[in-house]
Amino acid sequence: MADKIPVTVLTGYLGAGKTTLLNRILSEPHGKKFAVIVNEFGEIGIDNDLVVGADEEIFEMNNGCICCTVRGDLIRIIEGLMKRKGRFDAIIVETTGLADPAPVAQTFFVDADVQAAAQLDAVVTVADAKWLSERLKDAPEAKNQIAFADVILLNKTDLVSKDELAEVEARIRAINPYAKLHHTQNCAIELDAVLGRNAFDLDRILDIEPEFLTVAEEHDHDHDHGHHHHGHHDHDHHHGHDEHESHGLRHYHDEDMQSVAVSIDGDVDPEKFLPWLNDYVQREGPSILRSKGILAFKNEPKRFVFQGVHMILNGDLQRDWKASEKRQSRVVFIGKHLKEDEIRDAVLACAA
Amino acid sequence: MANPVTSLTAAVRPITAGAHVTGATFLGSAPVLALGDGTALFAQNESHRVSVHSDAGILVAARAGKRLITGGDDGLIYGIGADMQPEQLADEKGKWIDAIAGRDDGSIAWSAGRDVRARDAKGTVKSFAAPSTVRGLAYAQKGYRLAIAHYNGATLWFPNTAAQTETLEWKGAHLDIGFSPDGRFLVTTMQENALHGWRLSDKHHMRMSGYPAKPRSISWSPDGYWLATSGADACIVWPFKDKDGPMNKSPRECGVREAKASCVAFHPKALVIAIGYDDGWILLCRLTDAAEILVRRPKQDGEDPVSALAWNASGTQLLFGTAEGEAGVLDMPG
Repeated sequence: MADKIPVTVLTGYLGAGKTTLLNRILSEPHGKKFAVIVNEFGEIGIDNDLVVGADEEIFEMNNGCICCTVRGDLIRIIEGLMKRKGRFDAIIVETTGLADPAPVAQTFFVDADVQAAAQLDAVVTVADAKWLSERLKDAPEAKNQIAFADVILLNKTDLVSKDELAEVEARIRAINPYAKLHHTQNCAIELDAVLGRNAFDLDRILDIEPEFLTVAEEHDHDHDHGHHHHGHHDHDHHHGHDEHESHGLRHYHDEDMQSVAVSIDGDVDPEKFLPWLNDYVQREGPSILRSKGILAFKNEPKRFVFQGVHMILNGDLQRDWKASEKRQSRVVFIGKHLKEDEIRDAVLACAA
Repeated sequence: MANPVTSLTAAVRPITAGAHVTGATFLGSAPVLALGDGTALFAQNESHRVSVHSDAGILVAARAGKRLITGGDDGLIYGIGADMQPEQLADEKGKWIDAIAGRDDGSIAWSAGRDVRARDAKGTVKSFAAPSTVRGLAYAQKGYRLAIAHYNGATLWFPNTAAQTETLEWKGAHLDIGFSPDGRFLVTTMQENALHGWRLSDKHHMRMSGYPAKPRSISWSPDGYWLATSGADACIVWPFKDKDGPMNKSPRECGVREAKASCVAFHPKALVIAIGYDDGWILLCRLTDAAEILVRRPKQDGEDPVSALAWNASGTQLLFGTAEGEAGVLDMPG
């Protein structure tokens, strides 16, 4: 629906630069008015936007779904914001550094009133290039935030060497190869890389190929946003040679969190696939953070697309397969201790 | 009725509210709307718009005695009476005012986050910290007692005594809250598309479920025997006459339509319910024979839920408003 308010969720471990990104979004001359839902008041200063204090109240839903939690305060705040329609064009939710993004995302699928008013646009995670590798070892929250992300800003790249950067990027890709990843300093980024992503809109799910090949430097100096990157020039050029070697060579396997992708070169039997998918997310929902799929159903000219958060699935027939497209079926799960063989066998058994 | 009336649309005087109608009430004979743009609209034959919360929105509103009480997203509470002069009554330092309640003697109560405050008619303010964010407040009809809806239950509080608060537990998020007029029952609306009730004499639980949407509007019949609720493609009316309330009884349905009831209000003197729907329609429905009378049918189809309904004390006028800022007053035929 065109008049649903888009909602961007900003996550990131403590100190990664969420507030910097938020301030950047708000201060760019984009002419948009935001309603910003924050946990800590005071660090953001804006005139034209509505700032709302949140308290991250997690509600369990009494619907028999054990991982089904929502942010009660978000439901309340969005209900209140709807009384002031026209005062803002988009909503940004900043979560605390230790927050799990799932209850925030689930709020937009579980609560009917919120769903009618607002549409989750993307989960944007800011990661600290210097400290993320450490946090991935000791902070499950940081890992959740990476796994959950649609867009990742690998920030503070000026504080690490090229090798370190390649290493942290490889660690991110081991967990989530599907998010759009940008290298930034001071969260300098074009706003359309973080806003208006439609990451949860089934009609916009075009492709779910992993992003193994990353763009080297998003924030190049030709179009910087008026913020200076001190000392960056030298550093960059100095290490220019190593760049190609570092990218794509390292492969990490994360012990806890993985993504599993299965492709079928052709059609799938919906009578087999859909019951399996529903059953699988009911059973394994607590360990599945995100899921996505584009499928060619037998005798169906349209593409079937789905996306999910834990146990919540949202799927529909989308546009027709184009004549130029190969009818392929591909599903992706990101989660904790996923049983890759089981998933692979089950999906392959659905081939038509 | 010898000559049955099926439409009262001609007896409605439209009002241009121009912003989300948060609340509706009558101050004496004056219909008054509390609006999402921070203004109060005194909608007598000649309308007067008063800026109450400057550059802020009214999130919640209630009537307390002869005043309209408003709570805003600026953290302020105002009272405004027939003189149209807003008086600031409290300042919660920018925190949203989430719930509000008023009594006929002029006492008010409000909440911001977990903090609940009660201000009696003399102006004495007492505070209570709820276990989680408060969503609904209601004063008991008798006694200076406040019911507080929050996560996993409700709390009963006598603000002006040292008595311990009383906790009523039920898992889930409780939103709106109301006492039955005789004080026997307490009912909350819930996140899970249900109502929950307690018989206050023994805290006996009453579950009222089966709604396709959240029943966010509840209204008691003047005799306290019936509870009208929104949240379904009809007004669902639960019987509360017996000591067990509605348990093991079926609710009545009235005003069945292919649209969800969004707001309900019992007539103050008769078993007639005003039902507002999420497509902007309003019907009057008589509980005794389910007879329906049309009050409002918007010219355009679409979503513009009725967000506020209020009868005047004698039941001769019905004031309504919608989420998109339409409003009107129905004059009941004598």
